[in-house]
Amino acid sequence: MASNAIEYINHHLTFWNSDPSPARGFWSLHVDTFSVSLFLAFVFAGVFAMVARRASLENPGKLQLFVESIIELVDTQVKEIFHAKSKVIAPLALTIFCWIFLMNAMDMLPVDLLPNLAQWIGHTFFGLEPHHIYFRSVPSADVNATFAMSLSVFLCIIGFSIKAKGLGGWGKELLTAPFHTHNPIGAIILAPLNFIFQLVELAAKPISLSLRLFGNLYAGELIFILIALLPWGAQWILGAPWAIFHILIITLQAFVFMMLTIVYLSLAVEAH
Amino acid sequence: MEFNVTLLGQAITFAILVWFTMKFVWPPLTNMMEERAKRIADGLAAAERGKQDLEAAEKRVADELRKAKQQAMEIITAAEKRASQIVDEAKDNASTEGARIVADAKGQIDQEVMRAKEALREQVAQLAVIGAEKILRKEIDAAKHADLLSSIKAEF
Repeated sequence: MASNAIEYINHHLTFWNSDPSPARGFWSLHVDTFSVSLFLAFVFAGVFAMVARRASLENPGKLQLFVESIIELVDTQVKEIFHAKSKVIAPLALTIFCWIFLMNAMDMLPVDLLPNLAQWIGHTFFGLEPHHIYFRSVPSADVNATFAMSLSVFLCIIGFSIKAKGLGGWGKELLTAPFHTHNPIGAIILAPLNFIFQLVELAAKPISLSLRLFGNLYAGELIFILIALLPWGAQWILGAPWAIFHILIITLQAFVFMMLTIVYLSLAVEAH
Repeated sequence: MEFNVTLLGQAITFAILVWFTMKFVWPPLTNMMEERAKRIADGLAAAERGKQDLEAAEKRVADELRKAKQQAMEIITAAEKRASQIVDEAKDNASTEGARIVADAKGQIDQEVMRAKEALREQVAQLAVIGAEKILRKEIDAAKHADLLSSIKAEF
């Protein structure tokens, strides 16, 4: 039972890698993460673009009202926090919120559904050994997915900083803040210290963004897996409360990621 | 924690998705929502304007009504004044006419009186002459004088 349980958990925590050999390097792909998130990207883009195309000014349908309420939510946050003019930030925030929410929502599917489906398809149609077929259905429980987004946001932060302050202005800020002095010798002494502080501050942003999301979703997934190890009659006792609580977490994490992105970008364009 | 090319793939997907949202999702929807908000604001403003117009019209109607009433009152008082003036004039005319008629009548009466006096004086003169003739024709008789005198008296 114990070895079975460990095997079960390990199997569930292994990605479907394009290169199954253990000596794989950087150029291997998590097919499950990539395909599921791509599919969800199409869901988001498809639904929103369809609503945008058919948007009715006078007689909005229920789906349109739903989409509008999401846009309203994002727009309010962006307008409250981000005061400079930017065409990018609001769509960026909307994309982050919706895409992360959809990726997180994959956690609400039964833990065995997609892996078993993948195993069945692989075994039936491709004649593969079922035990060697892996499938993780929650893309945001993959550091690659979360870091991809947080590093994109990081690039946006740098881009926004340079655009708002100029390369020189930004560089000067890296050396003169947070410790500031008018004494030229003091400024030279403080410059490396400031630079180190600023680098840590900058690096902390993408790392905290992605690890927060990853940690929450990984833990959530793991607990669902552990619950799945219980006898089937008892699973609902823990499974139902955790699933209900998880509705909050998946929404909250998507919202937090979006909010922090807006905050970081607004900090990037505002002078210290 | 295993980093591999999935990260790049995800980043590319993310970038394309953001670009797509920026191009085809955000602008049409926000424009439409803004337009709707504007239309609602316009509608409310129009309703407000209509209400104000109605109020102004009601005020004007009340004003006109008040003015008309005032004018009517003025006309009535003027007419009353004119009527009393006409009555006064008629009274004045009547009294002057009456006075004139009375004065005329008095004049005529005076003339008549004068004429009668004249006639009487002539008759008295004739009678005196006749009396004198009679006296002269007869002698003076006391008894007869008395008769004569009484007849003269009667003639007067």
